[in-house]
Formats: sequence, structure tokens, C-alpha cells
Amino acid sequence: MGRFSDNMSQLVDWIDARFPMTKMLKEHATEYYAAKNFNVLYVFGVLAMVVLIVQLITGIFLTMSYKPDAEKAFASVEYIMRDVEWGWLIRYMHSTGASAFFLVVYIHMFRGMMYGSYKKPRELLWVIGMLIYLALMAEGFLGYLLPWGQMSYWGAQVIVSLFGAIPGIGEGLVEWIRGDYFISDITLNRFFALHVAAVPLALIVLVVVHILALHETGSLNPDGVEIKEHKGPDGIPLDGIAFHPYYTAKDLVAIVIFAIAFSAVLFFAPEMGGYFLEHANFEPANALKTPEHIAPVWYYTPFYAILRAVPSKGFGAFLMFMAILLLFFLPWLDRCKVKSIRYRGWTFKLALTIFAISFLVLGYLGLQPAVEPYKTFSQIFTILYFSFFIFMPVYTRFEKTKPVPERVTFLSG
Amino acid sequence: MRSFAGELKKFSGSLRTASVVAILAGSLVSLPVIAAEGGPDFGHPNNDVSNIGSLQRGAKIFVNYCMGCHSAKYVRYNRLARDLGITEDQLLNNLMFLGGKPFDMMRNPMPAADAERWFGVTPPDLSLVARSRGTDFLWAFLRSFYIDDTRQTGVNNLAIESVAMPHVLWELQGMQRAVFEEQTHDDGSSAVVFERFESVTPGILSPEEYDKFVRDLVNFLEYIGEPIQLERRRLGIWVLLFLLVFGLFAYALKNEIWKDIK
Repeated sequence: MGRFSDNMSQLVDWIDARFPMTKMLKEHATEYYAAKNFNVLYVFGVLAMVVLIVQLITGIFLTMSYKPDAEKAFASVEYIMRDVEWGWLIRYMHSTGASAFFLVVYIHMFRGMMYGSYKKPRELLWVIGMLIYLALMAEGFLGYLLPWGQMSYWGAQVIVSLFGAIPGIGEGLVEWIRGDYFISDITLNRFFALHVAAVPLALIVLVVVHILALHETGSLNPDGVEIKEHKGPDGIPLDGIAFHPYYTAKDLVAIVIFAIAFSAVLFFAPEMGGYFLEHANFEPANALKTPEHIAPVWYYTPFYAILRAVPSKGFGAFLMFMAILLLFFLPWLDRCKVKSIRYRGWTFKLALTIFAISFLVLGYLGLQPAVEPYKTFSQIFTILYFSFFIFMPVYTRFEKTKPVPERVTFLSG
Repeated sequence: MRSFAGELKKFSGSLRTASVVAILAGSLVSLPVIAAEGGPDFGHPNNDVSNIGSLQRGAKIFVNYCMGCHSAKYVRYNRLARDLGITEDQLLNNLMFLGGKPFDMMRNPMPAADAERWFGVTPPDLSLVARSRGTDFLWAFLRSFYIDDTRQTGVNNLAIESVAMPHVLWELQGMQRAVFEEQTHDDGSSAVVFERFESVTPGILSPEEYDKFVRDLVNFLEYIGEPIQLERRRLGIWVLLFLLVFGLFAYALKNEIWKDIK
């Protein structure tokens, strides 16, 4: 035993002389201090990483049997589901993972909004996170074409044609994206390339940058208190605990609970009643047969509802992009110095509640056909959604906040 | 966990948000997705994919009555045999009339071009029909052919208006007439609504026997839609059990590590 650990420490020394292994481990794990009062909402960043890894690994295995060819794509997915050993499990992990990714990321983002994680000095951290979200939306959209089912085809048709609303260059741009005059084999091939190589690479780089930025400023906490302002004589924040082993141990519990929920869907309801795998997508793509009702997958429907709320397609598309773009500017729209919702005034609490309800209701409306009363409701909730951002500089400036404590509140149990 | 619960109690504002969010999320999940295809509601087939006997009967029905025109081109004969407890001899003698190898796909020999000439459409592949249309739809479709002399096939269908498919099961079910009634709404408009079926010529099977026949067929179609489904649920129970036990250990580990954090 003694001999072995001697050898091991020699090996570590050898590596450390050539690569900052121990230094990095300390900086990002054993001596990275996070506030001890994280609540359950703080596990979703780690869960997003877990899902990313699941998607990368299952994606690689799917690529081994999938054929990006308009004639063969649909059949190759069924081949994976029926003939490839454990193919069904890998495919369901990937399809469930796509929805889980968005669910986890939406909660992660909402947590950031609740506790002011986007505020100075974390503006860049938030912007990088938003870029990850954009990349994720692109990744989900590109991947959805690959099974080459009816909804894949017509969903892509609808979304790609949105770019046609851009004045002047629109039509040419749409053709450039598709590489053809309609969604075709060429489109499928390039979407495949982007889905399995380009966007995942961007995602990985952005996630690394996101974590580096986080570890530079340090994680915030539900009290919105900067723990670095109260350090002990050893230079360690008084309210901070090392990421490893404390948060790795806590996150492990969260990961297992998440895995239970994930498995419950995967093994017992992989279609999730048509929300994770749409029924119409079990029919092969048919360019001559438009489905009666085209609805994107649930994670895009809030934006789809905004698109359809406006009679003009051009303005609808503009609003849809703005609905995402405005999120980038949160750090500058919010004028309140207090970070956490715990100590903010009723105006922000009310605004955030309305925003959350609007997002969920729009998500529901985006799944419905574009008829009354859904259309009117879409318009009402689109206005409410945008009001959150437009009036933010006003209602946050005159907010009646509560006194923020010096140190974090922690109920040891 | 505990700190989050405390959090919610402390801030009623966030609590209200959370409960509204939960209710909305809940209502979102419970919404039906396949909009009812036009026509009346025929209920559920109440089939059971774990009933091997029913699946075997369904396989026989499918091969005898459907595969003349339709295929199930993503399904292998020997996969079916393995899942349904059919020996290779039984498979070759009872399900593969046209020869072929046990590992062949359940294709159909009718050329697509001919099919289109004869029926106006190529009969669709049925491998995934239970997943794309749902079993309720199949249950309704196979039981709602009715006499319609304006159609070339002599029949129409309540689940698919002006369907190209003839009533290939007419000998078994017999022929029925659909009785429609004119309903007047409160606003004065009126609509013709399906009222009931009336038997014109009885079939070889009684209505109860025909329902059982269709139930077996729908059951088989649900099985071929996703042959792994039984195995998937079986495995899922073990995975969940493992995760629960593992979770207990992870939780104990977390408590041990966190016990000194005050």
C-alpha cells in the first residue's frame, strides 16, 4: 500500500510538472468555494451537464447506425429501434434526453432570474448561458429533422421558411439554408452534419467557457449575497464550502433522483403522450401530404405561439426572435441593486410570476391549432411576456426592497 | 430539500408562483394529443400486448387478411416468432405462405404501381400505424365500414371519410348500414350526425366474435409498432429499483459528508 501511494504521488508530480492537473483540480473542485445555502434549484446546472453527456454518448452510438439519406433515414431509425442490440434504449435515451435538456435548462434559467444570477458581475456568465440556450435550440431543431417523419419534415419546413420573412435577403437565405428549393435530401445531409459535429462542438466550448466564467465570479446563492466579501483568516469565504466533496455528494443525490424521473419516462412513457415523440412522426416524411396540424415539440411552443399571435408573418417572426433576444439584455434591463427575489419588492415578484405564467400558457397555446379562443389568448400573453422586459427598467428602478443580510441564511438540519 | 421547503414557506410570493407553475405544468401533460379524427367515438379496444395468445391470433389475422395488400416492412418474421413463442416450423407453415427465409421482413408482393392503379393509393405500410394513428383509431376504423353505393368499393367508413380500402372483412362482420340523423343546434344550424349501425347481412362471426377478432388484430398492430415494449417495461422496473437503492446510499453519503456543516 505504502509503495503504491508513493508511486502514485510520483506519477502525480510527474504530470504536474508538465500539466497543471492538481492546480486545476484545486481551482475547480476541491478549493472552489460555493455558498453552503444552495437550494434544490441549484442542481439544474449540473443536471444540464449530465444530460449533455448522455446526449453526446447516445448520439455517437446512434450515428453508428443512422443513415442521413432521405430514402433511408426513416427506415434506419426503425432499424435502430428493432434490430440494433440495445438500439431502442439508446434512441429513447436520446429522444427523452432532448426534452429533459430543455426542461432542465428552463428551470436553470428561471433560477437565475429568481435569484439575480445575471446581475453584476455575472453579466457575461448570463450572456454565455444564453448563447448555450441558442445553440441548444438550434441543436434540437436540426436533430428533429433526422428521423425524417412527417413532423420532422413539416416542422422544418415551417421554421426554415421563417427566415424568408427577413426583408430583401429572405428568399435567398431560405434557399441557402435548405440547399434546395424545398426540404430535401440535401437539407437532411447538412442538418446531420450540423447536428452531429458543428453545434455539439460549439455547445461543448460554450459550456466550458460558461463554467470558467462562473468559477471566476463564483456562484451566487439564494440570498444573493457575495460570499467572497466575508473571508476567514485562511482566505476562505466564511459561508463557502468546497465544491468537492460537499456539492459533488449533494449533486450525486440530485442526479440519482433525476435519473429516476428520466427512467420513468424512458421505460414507461417514451412518447410522453405525444409530447416527446409526436405521433405524426411515426409516419415517414411525405412532401406531398401536409399534416392537418403542425405543432413543434413542446420546448419551442412558447415562441411558436408568439409567432402565430401576430397576423403578419414578418412581424410575428420578428417578435419571436425578439422574445429570445430580450433575455440577453436582462442584466441591463434590471436596475435593482438587490439580487435575490427574497429581498426584492412586490413589483418584481409580480412581474416574474406573470412572466412565468405567460411562458407556460404560451407553451400550451403553441400546441393548439390557430383558432379562437387560442389566438386571442396568444395575443394577450404575448403582450404580458414582452411587458416583463419592456417595463423592467421602470418597475425595477422604483422597487421597494427589503434589507439584504450580510451573510447567507442557512438552516442546518 | 429541506431548505427549499423552508424557502417556499418564507416567501409566499414564490410559493404562489410555484403552485401556479405546477398546476399549469400538470394540465399541460394531461391534454390529449391526437385530436379526435372526425366521426363518433368508438371507445377503446382494451387490448393487452402481454397476451401472447391474442398476439398469435392477431399475427394469423394480419397475415391472412391484411398482407395481401399491406406490408409491415420493418418487422422481421423471426423476431415475431421469437417474441410470440412460435417455432420456426410453425412460422414457415402458418405465417409464410409465399416462402422466403425466417429472417425476411414482412413485405408484401404487390407492386406499388399496380396497387396505385387498382385502389388509387398505395396501401400504407402498417408497421407503425398503431403509433402514428393510435389503437383507438384502428378499433374505430375496422368496425365502422358501412354500405355506401356512391363509392366504387360499395362501402364508406366513419373513421376515414371516403376511404379507398374496401371492406375486406365483410364476410366476417357482415354488412351494415349507417343511420344518420339530422340534428338542429340552438343557433338554428343543422348537421347530419351518425346515430347507429344497422345490420343488413349477418357475417360468419357474431358481433361479439368480430369485436374479439378486431381486438386481436389491433393488439398485434400495437405490438409490431414497438416490439420491444414488453421488455422495455420489464427492464424499467429493475432500473428503477436499482436507482432507488443507489439513491439511498448516495443520500447517506451526502449526509455523512455534510454532517459538520453548520
